Amino acid sequence: MITAKGLTKRYARHTAVDDISFEVAKGQIVGFLGPNGAGKTTTMRILTCFLPPTAGTATVAGFEVLEQPQEVKRHIGYLPETPPLYLEMTAAEYLYFVGSLKGLSGANLKKRIDYVCDRCRIADVRNKLLSKLSKGYRQRVGLAQAIIHNPDVLILDEPTSGLDPKQINETRDLIKSLAGDHTIILSTHILSEVEQTCEQVLIINRGKLVATDSVRNLENRARSGEAVLVEVAARDGDLDPATVRERLEKVSGVSRVLQKEIWQDRALFEVQSVKGRSVRGDLARLVVESGWDLNEMRPAAMRLEEIFLELTQEESALPEEKSETQGAAV
Amino acid sequence: MRNIWIIFRKEMHGYFVSPVAYGLLTFFAVIFGFFFWNGLGYLVISAMQAQLRGEAAPMNLNEQLIRPLLSNISVVGLFFIPMITMRLFAEEKRTGTIELLATSPILDIEVIIGKWLAALGLYACMLLFSALNMAFLFRYGNPDWKPVAIGYLGLLLQAGGLLAVGTFISSLTRNQIIAGAATFAACLMLWIFAWVGGYDVSTWAQVLSYMSVVTHFDSFSKGVLDSRDVVFYLTLIFLGLFFTSRSLESLRWRS
Repeated sequence: MITAKGLTKRYARHTAVDDISFEVAKGQIVGFLGPNGAGKTTTMRILTCFLPPTAGTATVAGFEVLEQPQEVKRHIGYLPETPPLYLEMTAAEYLYFVGSLKGLSGANLKKRIDYVCDRCRIADVRNKLLSKLSKGYRQRVGLAQAIIHNPDVLILDEPTSGLDPKQINETRDLIKSLAGDHTIILSTHILSEVEQTCEQVLIINRGKLVATDSVRNLENRARSGEAVLVEVAARDGDLDPATVRERLEKVSGVSRVLQKEIWQDRALFEVQSVKGRSVRGDLARLVVESGWDLNEMRPAAMRLEEIFLELTQEESALPEEKSETQGAAV
Repeated sequence: MRNIWIIFRKEMHGYFVSPVAYGLLTFFAVIFGFFFWNGLGYLVISAMQAQLRGEAAPMNLNEQLIRPLLSNISVVGLFFIPMITMRLFAEEKRTGTIELLATSPILDIEVIIGKWLAALGLYACMLLFSALNMAFLFRYGNPDWKPVAIGYLGLLLQAGGLLAVGTFISSLTRNQIIAGAATFAACLMLWIFAWVGGYDVSTWAQVLSYMSVVTHFDSFSKGVLDSRDVVFYLTLIFLGLFFTSRSLESLRWRS
């Protein structure tokens, strides 16, 4: 449904998107993941024909973005980071305007407006001025305008940014419910969002595609070993962190122990283990048998930055794998 | 064609749901009302004085009242045009709605023409207010309607040209104030260029003077339809809209 080959966008002083290639199959939800300024928005703008690429090609719904922009625009729905709303219109007037822009008219347009109002749950505010709507409602009106003409491809730029947790969940559910009918690309800088909504993920950093993979594979790949956080406390008196650390390191399978925090009578360690070895049982036994209390033991959450670090390191260490993953279909 | 109409309707809606249209129409009605009242009063007094002196003054409404009034509108219009065009693209750029237009299956030129026509439409509404005053002249006097019609055509053409320039300037910035101020400066310059021709006869002065939008209105205000002036205004409209489309295009390559 979407194919990008060697997409590059260069400005006078920097390269925003650098030789990105990927494919998205029909009906999938794909997450575009990367820190702010990684080139997500620029890539999406190229796909929506808002910006022309400096080099490379992209086809959306079978049409080339540079050669047939009008056809591409007919087949996409786009929600920019800030919903493009005319605040002096009511929701219904706005949807009517966007619908006619996309080529709908008459009874069909009215039907689609009713449908998207229902689908995006904005029916109760359809006659309110957009300027009076809350951020969450505005976002939903933005989504409604993106799907009004039932496009094959939906491109959503940070659809949940700036919403409160309840609204974020509602928006995610809505997006998930749209998959199947539509092929969806959404961008985000929140890893958990990708985990919850997307099937596939494209990781982009400094304009380069770092990895394309399914969400689960990616997590496994990034986490070459296992890392657990262990909080150890003394039963009475002070704890000597050096001793604890020394003993933890001796457990077989443990590759590294980091001292995260130390209090008077307890200390927090991050214990990393060799790939494929579970050391949690041994760690627990050791702590208890040594006469300490095991206050807490939990897997260290892999944060986005850490995944990035790992992936970029991997990239420099294994250049052949990089080219393989970049070419892989998503 | 359909897309132009969609944009036109949206822009008109934008003018008329906000106070913009009502404010501009009111201020124009007040200013023109004053001109009309003033001009008519002067005409009536001078006619009475002529009668007292026993002169059979040739009273010509077209020549003595309508022509100066039309010239007044042409100059007053210079002050209103920036306020009509300043938001056209600057606002879309500031709020990001330009992204919606640019990613919809609609051509840039359709957006530009739709917006320009809406601006022209609002200006035409202003002219309607002045026509209300003129209607009284037809009710109580007997002016020739043809020069009036040509005068209004000239006003529309002149405004069309300046609105196209304003549309272009609005597409250059995301700040409405800057767009308005720059358009005002452009309108004013296009007026006072005429002054150079008054004392200097060198070629560049003549060229500059020829560029003045106000001198080209003279023939229309007399009721003369001169193709040179029509072509001048049409050229200005074309250039303004053409540069706007170039400016929108460049937005894509630069932003």
